[in-house]
Amino acid sequence: MPFKFLEDIAIADIAFEVEAKDLPQLFKDAAAAFLAIQVNNPGKVKAVEYSKIGLANREIDILLYKFLQELVYLKDVKSLLLRVKAIDVRQSSEGFSLDAKMEGETLDPKRHDQRADVKAVTFHCLEVKKTGAGYHATVIVDV
Amino acid sequence: MAGLKTLSKISETVWELPPSYKPGMKVPARFFATQNLIEQMDQGVFDQISNVAFLPGVEKYVCCMPDAHWGYGFPIGGVAAMRLEDGVISPGGIGFDINCGMRLIRSNLTYEEVKPNLENLVEALFARVPVGVGAKGLVRLDRSAFEKLLVEGAGWCVRKGYGEQDDLDRTEARGCIEGGDPYAVSNRAIDRGLAQIGTLGSGNHYLEIQLLKKENIFDANAASRMGLFPNQVVIMFHCGSRGFGHQVASDYIEKFLGVMGPKYGLSVPDRELACAPFGSPEGQAYFAAMNCAINMSFANRQMILHRIREVFQTVLKKSPGDLGLRQVYDIAHNTAKIEEQNVDGRKKKLIIHRKGATRAYGPGFGELPGDFRDLGQPVIIGGSMETGSYLLVGTETSSQAFYTTAHGAGRTMSRTKAKKLFRGSDLIAKMRRRGIYVRAASMSGISEEAGDAYKNVDEVVESADKAQLTKKVARFVPIGNVKG
Repeated sequence: MPFKFLEDIAIADIAFEVEAKDLPQLFKDAAAAFLAIQVNNPGKVKAVEYSKIGLANREIDILLYKFLQELVYLKDVKSLLLRVKAIDVRQSSEGFSLDAKMEGETLDPKRHDQRADVKAVTFHCLEVKKTGAGYHATVIVDV
Repeated sequence: MAGLKTLSKISETVWELPPSYKPGMKVPARFFATQNLIEQMDQGVFDQISNVAFLPGVEKYVCCMPDAHWGYGFPIGGVAAMRLEDGVISPGGIGFDINCGMRLIRSNLTYEEVKPNLENLVEALFARVPVGVGAKGLVRLDRSAFEKLLVEGAGWCVRKGYGEQDDLDRTEARGCIEGGDPYAVSNRAIDRGLAQIGTLGSGNHYLEIQLLKKENIFDANAASRMGLFPNQVVIMFHCGSRGFGHQVASDYIEKFLGVMGPKYGLSVPDRELACAPFGSPEGQAYFAAMNCAINMSFANRQMILHRIREVFQTVLKKSPGDLGLRQVYDIAHNTAKIEEQNVDGRKKKLIIHRKGATRAYGPGFGELPGDFRDLGQPVIIGGSMETGSYLLVGTETSSQAFYTTAHGAGRTMSRTKAKKLFRGSDLIAKMRRRGIYVRAASMSGISEEAGDAYKNVDEVVESADKAQLTKKVARFVPIGNVKG
């Protein structure tokens, strides 16, 4: 499993951690965690709608925050359930940037087993850090 | 747990954490709870409430309510009063779900009248009140109309025919806070809120049909004055400002993080406590945007009430007069309001941050309708879906907590853990055997909302009673439940 839900923190909301070999994989897995919070059967989400996301920020944890906030926005405004089809995360002297191609479909209550509705990404315990094996991130979302 | 060891006891239900607990605290932190409830509070409550005491302009002491548990920035159940002239405003002291609140409606119906149609009522409410992820609202507004609603609150709905003046009279702030400015709100927030007016949401939001048993009336006079009677069926629901309020909160936390250090020389121990001077352009902009979210939430609950009345008329084939679905009251949990209060003998205008806490003014409070102004402000405290909820009234002695009391039962277990331990279908079957008919958009949501994941609401209410923050009027038990 590319992500893990954390039991003992964020009792009123949902917390998860991700470990990945590099930043693109980290962001891809964080988006997968986000999708798994919304529906219990993410595998049933078909790839029939597409969306592009392009973002930049000085800090990598804020970039992750903004990326996931974008998924919250697309969920609310277009009812989209999305996963990463392809993503590029780059580092420069000015910080970090990403370009992501997302795929998915609009929520269908008849086919998608709803879990929780993510309403915001929080800064609480938000962290992206380099590890010996790559990167580790912790995120708490408000549901 | 470090916090409990350093609390000094002021009375059975009032405790204090001194400023010496953590360098940087400007004032103490007061806990209004029995020892048993304090022992159940996680360390996060002590860490967070002591951080709140760092904030500039904080008055007298910060407070924790009996149902406190950790949140973002402030704990849930955290209260702080900031001076207007030198105080800050912090979105973490209001919460993401701005004006998450409760509404209680009485009826002329008895349990015997409702019971044969209970399932039909619950099914019809589930079908006709939008719930769950992605649900679309009861009215489709263009941006211009939505912006009007952000200024006018529930009054917009009533003027369009979705309710009565009486509903507004029996809503906190009469269903509208002055000072909402749509220009202070981002396009993203408006995009998210546009299709959500009249949606219940999910998570811990719900709509319940409840029963008032004779033995659960604690103050017969107050209950009768508010239109309640033994064996009566009432309706209660819990929801807030939806994606709109959340986006407002997120927008301004980010904005404040960008300016508070470089522009105002402020620093906080927790990013979720991001703040700005109340009088600053950024502080005033957030206040105006927050007021829009408060108004949006009042409008949201007004639309849902309108739909509830329609459903009851259709299913029970009774006229509005026969049904008697009259609002008792509507209260907000997550707000910052300017209130004039007496602090140590002096009248002061303060920004009262209430995060997962309910305003609780006592008898004579001018905003209340004449019918029960002498009783005190109604307070509605919701329990878990398996237990019950309460109606109380505020007291003059709640001034000790800036006229505030608890808001709910408070969680004891994470959603992730509850989902592992409980099965939604088992819980629904168990409640069915107890006579509670539940309809939910998400089985996972039901498991996460299991009664065992919450504190004992009876204990929370008793604690508030003993601390003289509120007085019990009645307790309702659920018989029908709609969840997102």
